Amino acid sequence: MLRVDYLAVPGLPTLSFEVAAGECLAVEGPSGSGKTRMLRALADLDPAGGYVHLDGVERSEMRGPQWRRHVRYASAEPAWWAPTGVEHFPKSARLDRLLSALALDDGHLRRPIAELSTGERQRLGLIRALVDEPRVLLLDEPTSALDTTSAAMTEELIKYQLLAERIVLLVSHDVAQIERLAHARLQLAAATTFRRSEGAAA
Amino acid sequence: MNAIPLSAVDLVLAAALLIVNGIISVVFGLRLERSLAIAAIRMVVQLAVVGYVLKFVLEQTSPVWTALVALVMVLVAGIELMQRQERRPRSWLAYGLGNATLLLAGGLATLYAATIVIGPSPWYAPRYVLPILGMVLGNTLTSISLALQTLNEGAERERSAIEARIALGATRLQAFSGLLRQSLRTATTPLLNSMAVAGVVTLPGMMAGQILAGADPSEAAKYQIMILFVLAGASGLGAFAAALGSVFLMTDARHRLRLDRLAGARRGANRNS
Repeated sequence: MLRVDYLAVPGLPTLSFEVAAGECLAVEGPSGSGKTRMLRALADLDPAGGYVHLDGVERSEMRGPQWRRHVRYASAEPAWWAPTGVEHFPKSARLDRLLSALALDDGHLRRPIAELSTGERQRLGLIRALVDEPRVLLLDEPTSALDTTSAAMTEELIKYQLLAERIVLLVSHDVAQIERLAHARLQLAAATTFRRSEGAAA
Repeated sequence: MNAIPLSAVDLVLAAALLIVNGIISVVFGLRLERSLAIAAIRMVVQLAVVGYVLKFVLEQTSPVWTALVALVMVLVAGIELMQRQERRPRSWLAYGLGNATLLLAGGLATLYAATIVIGPSPWYAPRYVLPILGMVLGNTLTSISLALQTLNEGAERERSAIEARIALGATRLQAFSGLLRQSLRTATTPLLNSMAVAGVVTLPGMMAGQILAGADPSEAAKYQIMILFVLAGASGLGAFAAALGSVFLMTDARHRLRLDRLAGARRGANRNS
């Protein structure tokens, strides 16, 4: 379980919430309300006060890199540090399974990243975040650049992660997608008020 | 075995050549006359002072005076190093880093060259230590400066790729490995070039000086070979230590990328939401 107590992201009201294993929490709010900042703070990419426990272990009890191996932030626009996809992945059978789950193949890995479409890059980025099976997935608009078919496949993959008892925080502007995936919602307001509403459809 | 002493008149004659440069500047409207004049006067004053100071220090052969002059040289080089950086960490740590790496690389290389390779008596003889330190500092300064420039600009340009690696669980050194390699490669280029053209295209300054002073050219060549090896070691060590230190200044103990610590860096752009 992911437990957040008094998370103090600069510029945001203090946040406290819990997400159980196998559950998806949707993070909603208008642009500029700090959804990305909150996810980045949870992954310990930016300094933030408060406590974040994963299965009873606070982030400060682990080294930063170790925490991020468990709590994984996946950007809407993944960045790449090598010319082709293949350099970004450890070779594994799991990788092949993930690729085929999102209708990609080895050819996409070997082509220059710059030649891939935005949607292909986004799917590849999601796979990169999933391939070493982190416990918590912080997905920042994972289907923003995808067509309906790819988006449906991506949702299936996210559901599969939940079945495997992983924890998902999902930022999405797609209300229907949130209805389909989220167990609970966290509403970030542009102003200083915020609320959490339970009971969205699973 | 001594060079012909230059009189003040000789220097004035040489300065006439600077006037040529000034005339070019006036004719083509380069507006460099003032800068040229100031730079020339500064150069004359600096070298005259250094000449007298070194004359004094060389006559003393005292470890204290030698160490003092060496220290001043390192400090000035450290300030110059940080002046050359467009983006530098916004703290005294930056000056500390520059001076520490210069002192480390310059000091080790100079001590090694002076005590083990040349072996004058006493080992701190300023006649050997100070000129070598000067050359070592000049070259190390260039390579450290290149390494830091490449690293800091690269970090700014590739910040999202670096953060992507950090988000995937990389340590700061893993996340910076590509940039670190690139910056060390860039820092080594001037040395490779100067070794490649030494004696063929250019006659290195020290060798030329020794020949002018009446030394046997083959002895002068041996000294030049020695000094190039020493420079190679010092600039490599200096660039490595400075680049590594810079990575640590740009990140924090939680291995987060902290470009907000670079002066002149853009404010951390608030991303899409």
